[in-house]
Amino acid sequence: MGLKILTEHINVPGIETLEVYRKHGGYKSVEKALKTMSPEEVVEEVKTSGLRGRGGAGFPTGMKWSFLAKPEGIPRYLVCNADESEPGTFKDRWFMEHNPHALVEGMITSSYALGANKSYIYIRGELLFVLRILEKAIAEAYAAGLLGKNILGSGYDLDLHVAPGGGAYICGEETALLESLEGKRGNPRNKPPFPAVKGLFQSPTVVNNVETIASVPWIVNNTGAEYAKIGIGRSTGTKLISASGNINKPGVYEIELGVPVEEFIYSDQYCGGIWKGKQLKAVVPGGSSVPILPTNLILKTAAGEDRLMSYESLSDGGFVSGSMLGSGAFIVFDEDQCIVRNTWNYARFYHHESCGQCSPCREGTGWMEKVLHRIEYGHGHQQDIDLLVSVAKQIEGNTICPLGDAAAWPVAAAIRHFREEFEWHIKHPQEATAPGAVYRGQLAEVTA
Amino acid sequence: MAKITFDGIEVEVEDGTTILQAARKIGGHVVPPAMCFYTPLKGSGGKCRVCLVKVTQGSTKDPRPMPKLVASCITQVQDGMVVENTTNEDVLNARKGIVEMLLINHPLDCPICDQAGECDLQDLSYEHGVSGQRFEEERRTFNKVDLGPYIQLHMTRCILCYRCVYTADQITDNRVHGVLGRGDAAEIGTYIENVIDNDFSGNVIDVCPVGALTDKTWRFKNRVWFTKPMDAHRDCPTCSGKVTLWTRGEEVLRVTARKDQYGEVEEFICNTCRFDKKEVKDWTIEGPRNIDRNSVISANHYELPVVNVPIVPNLPTSTKKNLPQE
Repeated sequence: MGLKILTEHINVPGIETLEVYRKHGGYKSVEKALKTMSPEEVVEEVKTSGLRGRGGAGFPTGMKWSFLAKPEGIPRYLVCNADESEPGTFKDRWFMEHNPHALVEGMITSSYALGANKSYIYIRGELLFVLRILEKAIAEAYAAGLLGKNILGSGYDLDLHVAPGGGAYICGEETALLESLEGKRGNPRNKPPFPAVKGLFQSPTVVNNVETIASVPWIVNNTGAEYAKIGIGRSTGTKLISASGNINKPGVYEIELGVPVEEFIYSDQYCGGIWKGKQLKAVVPGGSSVPILPTNLILKTAAGEDRLMSYESLSDGGFVSGSMLGSGAFIVFDEDQCIVRNTWNYARFYHHESCGQCSPCREGTGWMEKVLHRIEYGHGHQQDIDLLVSVAKQIEGNTICPLGDAAAWPVAAAIRHFREEFEWHIKHPQEATAPGAVYRGQLAEVTA
Repeated sequence: MAKITFDGIEVEVEDGTTILQAARKIGGHVVPPAMCFYTPLKGSGGKCRVCLVKVTQGSTKDPRPMPKLVASCITQVQDGMVVENTTNEDVLNARKGIVEMLLINHPLDCPICDQAGECDLQDLSYEHGVSGQRFEEERRTFNKVDLGPYIQLHMTRCILCYRCVYTADQITDNRVHGVLGRGDAAEIGTYIENVIDNDFSGNVIDVCPVGALTDKTWRFKNRVWFTKPMDAHRDCPTCSGKVTLWTRGEEVLRVTARKDQYGEVEEFICNTCRFDKKEVKDWTIEGPRNIDRNSVISANHYELPVVNVPIVPNLPTSTKKNLPQE
């Protein structure tokens, strides 16, 4: 097993209590940061570490922090995005459930670095039991003087609140999250202005993922330079991967970025191979919104190099032959899975979750879902495949927020790599709609 | 002041102006269409995406192009910005795609719609749409809703531009009007069909770009292009009293606010003027109103001299002699 940063003590009994957490070195970063470092020094450490946003986009966290506008007399906010609802992603829920203090510690240290005196954890509405765990941890931290006025005698004040959402996927988009947190309908805002200038309550705001914030204490304790040594290239540190699908050992794995995909799927340390020894058909490496890749392209890049679990390697080849690390939701499909059905399922999700604010996404997601539904149930026409590609293209890039892109990419990629399977569904509707029927033809070889 | 180049035409505008407003300063056919943006309403825009343009140069300081097409109604100009609209094929293709999206769930019931003839979506489809239809699924439909005695909401026709929501929010004093649901099931509504009851509520009809919100005192009375628009005014204690009357013969069929060439009202009017004053004697008539828009109302404009051109030029001579001779 590689180095563990986030999950080192996660299996210690009672780690969710402050006492046990502190016994295992908890809240050391708060003491170190508040007593010995200036906020700028903390930001500088995070910058050096090369830590990148773990929510999906992979934007360098230190750079995001340094963009925060700091006008006089206006409060700043740190908001933790715990609205984890991407299909296939469950790392944040699991992490907060088992080690809530790690997030609270990260929130205190990060808020100090940003000069925020009020911070929020926006948690998905369905995770009400996790919200209670977090609230208990926060109450313990208040009682121990780690939150509230004059933390540890340093003169720094911080109030931390947990706010539940209503369970809409769109509220995981940062500006929709801020709208929802303000008590409004969760519609994404037009950008610019970006949250770093006008975010929560029109004040400068940073929105970060749970995992990103939970990585900060280690960086403060062990310096950013140490963190930058972990991982590969510009993908530094460790990442929680939610592995699911047809594998022997589904679950959350903390990996050092740079582990080969092949090792991740087949090694007993991680997924433990494909369930019942079947053949690998495809992998969605970063949550439902990233392009799906067939076996030949997920194990090797188009140039023939080993594909690694890192931001760069997974996106090698762009959207022609690559994908994205995204939020780290690694979904594995074996030979018995139907790609058309899966694509329809994703399209149905995005149709259901589109906020309905801008026209391409509102109308296009529904259109794609209906066409895919038709193909899956044996009523497709030959021109439907090109129609789907064209609709996906009409949505992509023309919407207010990335949900439109997230809806268009999986459909476009599935058709790009599994066109024959779609054609088979259309040409042989009777066979394709028989229970358990799956296309077993050759996978299309894609060249860069 | 910022100097920008829009479709090759240079224009100088105030800092903080949006690209769309700069284009409107140039005027003519280069102006991007706008279905959701409405100058008098704060916060409107950015939703329908038909005004997308390509910024090929961000500014003099930072000449990089913007990576995606941007909504011109909400993007502010920078000095030295170069924008392409009608000269860029990507923009025209994207717009065509978005018009198609707007139409897939629209009932296209123009023949029985009161808005036909002055409908922004109709104009947009003629200009940018495709004549074919690729959508063969069932369209989403809603039941008609009565919003009080004067306004009917026909949600099936709605394109969710949010203009009426902003109007109800900003012009009237109580917020009773909003969007319910999400995705393509989102609908404009009031809480449990509450009546919109306010002196200025009728303005939601004027701002609606399609026939989703219609005036019940006018519904099915006549077609827009058969009526004559006349500027008129009256002493009104609540609003400016400056309106357009739509008359046929001596009858005032409907009263609306005065709209400019982009369909934006000059001054919001009150419900008394709009719904109750339907007699010519209630009004001081100023004269005919010139409707400066690309729609059938102005195509058949009654005050323009009728130019005597052969209606069907390429008919065989035998048929031609039956036509009125020049």
